[in-house]
Amino acid sequence: MEVHRLPTPASAEERAAVDALLGPPPAPDAEGGPGRSETGRPQQAREERQLLLPALHAVQDAIGWISAGALGYVCERLRVPPAEAYGVAESYALLSTRERPPRVAHLCDDIVCRNAGADALTAEVARALEGDEGATWEPSPCLGVCERAPTALLQIAAGEDRVLAAAEAPAVLAGLRDEAGGEASEAAASAPQTAEPRADGLRLLSRVGLVDPASLEDYRAHGGYEALRVALERGPRWVIDELNASRLLGRGGAAFPAGRKWADVASAEARPRYIVCNADESEPGTFKDRVLMEHDPFALIEAMTIAGVTTGAEHGYLYIRREYPLATARLEGAIARAEAAGMLGEDVLGSGLRFTVEIRRGAGAYICGEETALFNSIEGYRGEPRNKPPYPTQAGLFGKPTLVNNVETFVNVPSIVLEGGAAFAATGTEGSTGTKLFCLAGSVARPGVYEVPFGATLRELIALAGGVDGGGEPQAVLLGGAAGSFVTVAQLDLPLTFEDARGADVSLGSGAVTVFGESVDLADATRRIAAFFRDESCGQCVPCRIGTVRQEEALHRLAGANGNAGEEIAILGDVARAMTDASICGLGQTAGIAVQSAIDLGLLEREGSTP
Amino acid sequence: MTSEPRPLVELTVDGTPVWVPEGASLLEACRAAGVGPPTLCYLDGLTPANACRACVVELDGSRPLVASCSRQAEDGMVVTATSERVEHSRRLVLELLASAVDLSTAEPQLRRWLEEYGVAPERYGPPAPAVDGTAERPRPGHHAQPDGEHAATQAQPAKLDNDLYVRDFSKCILCYRCVEACGVDAQHTFAIAVAGRGFDATIATEYDAPLPDSACVFCGNCIAVCPTGALMFKSEHELRAAGEWDEERQTITTTVCPYCGVGCNLELHVQDNEIVKVTSPSDHSVTGGHLCIKGRFGFQHVQALEDGEE
Ligand SMILES: Cc1cc2nc3c(=O)[nH]c(=O)nc-3n(C[C@H](O)[C@H](O)[C@H](O)COP(=O)(O)O)c2cc1C
Ligand code: SF4
Ligand code: SF4
Ligand code: SF4
Ligand code: FES
Repeated sequence: MEVHRLPTPASAEERAAVDALLGPPPAPDAEGGPGRSETGRPQQAREERQLLLPALHAVQDAIGWISAGALGYVCERLRVPPAEAYGVAESYALLSTRERPPRVAHLCDDIVCRNAGADALTAEVARALEGDEGATWEPSPCLGVCERAPTALLQIAAGEDRVLAAAEAPAVLAGLRDEAGGEASEAAASAPQTAEPRADGLRLLSRVGLVDPASLEDYRAHGGYEALRVALERGPRWVIDELNASRLLGRGGAAFPAGRKWADVASAEARPRYIVCNADESEPGTFKDRVLMEHDPFALIEAMTIAGVTTGAEHGYLYIRREYPLATARLEGAIARAEAAGMLGEDVLGSGLRFTVEIRRGAGAYICGEETALFNSIEGYRGEPRNKPPYPTQAGLFGKPTLVNNVETFVNVPSIVLEGGAAFAATGTEGSTGTKLFCLAGSVARPGVYEVPFGATLRELIALAGGVDGGGEPQAVLLGGAAGSFVTVAQLDLPLTFEDARGADVSLGSGAVTVFGESVDLADATRRIAAFFRDESCGQCVPCRIGTVRQEEALHRLAGANGNAGEEIAILGDVARAMTDASICGLGQTAGIAVQSAIDLGLLEREGSTP
Repeated sequence: MTSEPRPLVELTVDGTPVWVPEGASLLEACRAAGVGPPTLCYLDGLTPANACRACVVELDGSRPLVASCSRQAEDGMVVTATSERVEHSRRLVLELLASAVDLSTAEPQLRRWLEEYGVAPERYGPPAPAVDGTAERPRPGHHAQPDGEHAATQAQPAKLDNDLYVRDFSKCILCYRCVEACGVDAQHTFAIAVAGRGFDATIATEYDAPLPDSACVFCGNCIAVCPTGALMFKSEHELRAAGEWDEERQTITTTVCPYCGVGCNLELHVQDNEIVKVTSPSDHSVTGGHLCIKGRFGFQHVQALEDGEE
């Protein structure tokens, strides 16, 4: 395929940014030079294509936006049609194909931050940046630091991304001038149970706040890499048997039995096989994976390595949202140290088995957390979900058998290997074994990640977080993030297990527990959720692409004087039903749920013209 | 050449047992049972895009509905293709499209479905005023807050940037057919792709460049598969604008393309002695409906010549 050349050439800086990632360009007449036919070399085409997103990041990072010249150069180097590369770049919120100031503050205005001073922060930053040609700001969906709201992400060309939380205007402005220090991250501020005296019974959080995330020695001194040794000793069959005995269910939202996936990949015919860790964590109100990765990065790398040696995969991808620069840096450090110590690489712990982990950064797209959209994103295509079946274990990343698990799911594995599946299953309930991380945020006294055995009630969880701000009961709780549903006081005694949630027609989803006190405007929160889905729909299928727009519009008509409440409620019901039934993926299928629950519970009724 | 008959799989559609060859889709099974669901994005010969979701059916064991065009039939499947539940989703798909897209020049079949399903797009509010030609597509992840009254639409000016065909994305249902025809399914030119996200997703060249500056080779294969008239011969566009387009007055003459030795079949659509567009039968063994610039647009040379001779 001849790659169409764009009329504008790339600048020297743009070329340098791309070459820094891809290496110097081949001599024009060398094999593989630009414009050569790729016929008969699909493997190479695939390997080039999968560098598209990293190459776009490289340009965005260095220059601050992706010009036509830069895109053209990337396309020439990777032999990707420019129209396709443009379509990819134009699907991510954190890449810009339009010129803009080199320093951008992304200010979260999502369900937690908007009730924690985001408005005032935004107003102040906006005022200060007026007329500034070097810096600008944008509203952002949830940045995943809800326990320290409001949150800002600074994206600085030729500098580093940085998160500020709790963000104050002077710090944001100083950060935009590149004057602020590094990113603060204190374990106890994000996981209050890890403050002294530490809570009993912490398993997933057992090392959080205790170990130095940059020290492999420290990790090993706290039991790290024991599980990998045992897994290698006992072999794949044993590990999978223990995983099945543990009855561990996936923590990414769908609650699928982990052992089944591992077994399916281990027994798949096709090769190579891949491990993928889903660290995209973009569900509003969710930040548990970030806390694990920031404070115990080796645990995730060890767990992925166990997955690799157990399923016969030699390569793993860790797909993490770009909004998590600190976690990314710490994981990069952990991978490098593990490699240097022989825990990763050509010969894992002297077993003769090979396993490597590569980090891939997302670029601002909630949909890329959906596993098949995530594969497309890694492969260099638009983050559009694929039709299932085939399932990832049959044909996933690059069409090969792939094990994809959530961060928290993985981090459960080492303790299952160490204590055995049966012992693991002794915690929790029959249908929901082990402990669960919940993300308490919003109107609670001590927001943060909390670890409890499955079966704790919502009321207990809120009490653990210091109770509702200002005392009393919450007006409502959003369980499972934007894709979840509202519950009210009547359901506070719901035991938090997969089976009880199912019975109550709600979902634990990502483990987000967003608490809304009396003063919060729930109709406003509901509209924000609708806006989120409208922004994050990939656009592939009609029910979601247009349904999310009509849903948001109907909520606005309902709030204003323009709506006939009965008619708007009917529209919302009709649209939600079609989205749930006929959308391709979980995004569209859940896009109407929170709104419908708000209607059913009468949460929108505080406002003007209501039903 | 004889080929082994493919083994059959047996399933039921609306309670009727049907047999289809292994590898066939549920859509084929539904059609075999005489209950063809509406299909907007699916086209024989192109990879199913699985995008419009009009063809959904109930499949026992699946919580959501499944797109029949994109799901392989398996032995023992129990499919419900006619029910209040599937009719609801199909109606909503058609209604949502009608509320956002100008379907006035869409295929007759599509327009019949709109009627059959009794869509009421006006209930989503009066259409928002069209954006002018200079308005930028919202950046992914951002959009203007609804005004509490109007329904957002795809209304936008048509793109007239070349002499051969017009792109009017206010009529686009994003069925992906043109992208597939330009790419892996026929042309392998990859001049166009989907850019933007969600409601703002659209078919575009790189940086929305005018077609003559893009990789487009003007084969017109995208026009041939477009179900809505979003992609249209300039000749047709102009006649329509003048109110003179009249299919009743047109004749179709089949001929073989004279430009090279491949032997593509051409269908010349003639109105008032002028060739107004050129197609090729989609079931034709040589073309599969696809042509190159000479066959598709060469008629302009023919006409220019004839005009010159007069
Ligand atoms: C729109 C959407 C977003 C998702 N985002 C995430 C995510 O950020 N992290 C995650 O682990 N799973 C996410 N999922 C679920 C994944 O598709 C997949 O089920 C999960 O990664 C499997 O891991 P598990 O079995 O360990 O839960 C998302 C699903 C959808 C539909
Ligand atoms: S449901 Fe929404 S996000 Fe999922 S494929 Fe369809 S348009 Fe894309
Ligand atoms: S005319 Fe041909 S090359 Fe041009 S966009 Fe259409 S299919 Fe692609
Ligand atoms: S332009 Fe036509 S063929 Fe292309 S996506 Fe739109 S409606 Fe489909
Ligand atoms: S025809 Fe099946 S999804 Fe469009």
